[in-house]
Amino acid sequence: MIFLKLFIVFSKIGLFNFGGGYAMLSLIHNEVVEKNQWLTSAEFTDIVAISQSTPGPIGINCATYTGYTAVMNEGYPQWMAFLGAVLASLSVLWLPFLLMLTISKLLLKYSKNNVVSSIFSVLRPAIIGLIAAAAILLMSADNFGSPSDSTFQFIVSLLIFIFAFVGTRLYRIHPILMIILAGIAGLLIY
Amino acid sequence: MNTDLLSMFLTFAKIGAFTLGGGYAMVPIMEREIVDRKSWLTREEFMDILIVAQSTPGLFAINMASHIGNKARGVVGGIVGSLGVALPSIVTILVIAMFFRAFKDNVYIEKVFMGIRPAVVALIAAPCFSMARTAKLTLTNLWIPVVACLLITLFGVSPIWIILVAGVAGFLWGKIK
Repeated sequence: MIFLKLFIVFSKIGLFNFGGGYAMLSLIHNEVVEKNQWLTSAEFTDIVAISQSTPGPIGINCATYTGYTAVMNEGYPQWMAFLGAVLASLSVLWLPFLLMLTISKLLLKYSKNNVVSSIFSVLRPAIIGLIAAAAILLMSADNFGSPSDSTFQFIVSLLIFIFAFVGTRLYRIHPILMIILAGIAGLLIY
Repeated sequence: MNTDLLSMFLTFAKIGAFTLGGGYAMVPIMEREIVDRKSWLTREEFMDILIVAQSTPGLFAINMASHIGNKARGVVGGIVGSLGVALPSIVTILVIAMFFRAFKDNVYIEKVFMGIRPAVVALIAAPCFSMARTAKLTLTNLWIPVVACLLITLFGVSPIWIILVAGVAGFLWGKIK
């Protein structure tokens, strides 16, 4: 049952999302692309691009899009896909919401506490690993073209990657502007 | 505190609608709306909530909204605030999903996205380096992100396990230190 599956998977994604946004991507990729194959790797990257240029947190954007697409792919009518999208979006929210209500009081009281701060001293570095993993997993033929079959696309992709990386790191170009520039480059070059 | 629920819903919907890319881009907008304009929280209360929202699971924006709503108007306020933040993005992506599926196979759209995809991967890779400072990454704990990354990419370990193990390890480390 696709609806139950969406609910379980996105509840899980919501619950285990520490460190927000990008840290969530490797988790979403793992569940949505690898385990359940609701989206291809290229589709996943497309949504991240769309998320950067539309309002709202990436987690909700991914949930809405995946909910819609997964239900459509199962051959259900469009109104069912709408339900799937809303269900997946709310699934990401409800557990953290309950947790936030209950934990926040405790954490406010104990945030200077040694146990809490030592937990986070290991959690924070681990989250960087999670983000790096998301980036590495997305360096696929789906997103870059393959070096043997589509050499031209592969080389162009590498150049765009380097340009975008240096642009955001050193020159602090806004991500949305970066995406627009890359899109224009794609349109002109290919 | 007399806070109209509709006004709360609209304020958070506005915050949700004008935050592109999500996350921390939201903080200055929230601060202006909630502390300066609506006075639902003092600046100190806002800072405290910011820290809690960073360190609890879930979406940062939703954590902020649920806590601020809760503080100003109880649990109902928390629900109203969270739905307010989420609504604009759900509607936008639904519209995009409908059209994107229809236009996806268009030659020009495909060309645009062939250019965009590698750039997005770069955008994801870039914050690893800026976050290294926030996480106080040094030579002694550099192995933690490296091992986490290798486990996920080479062995297909679910990130959930990484988070659980890192949390438990941090707890034990605090005990023996």
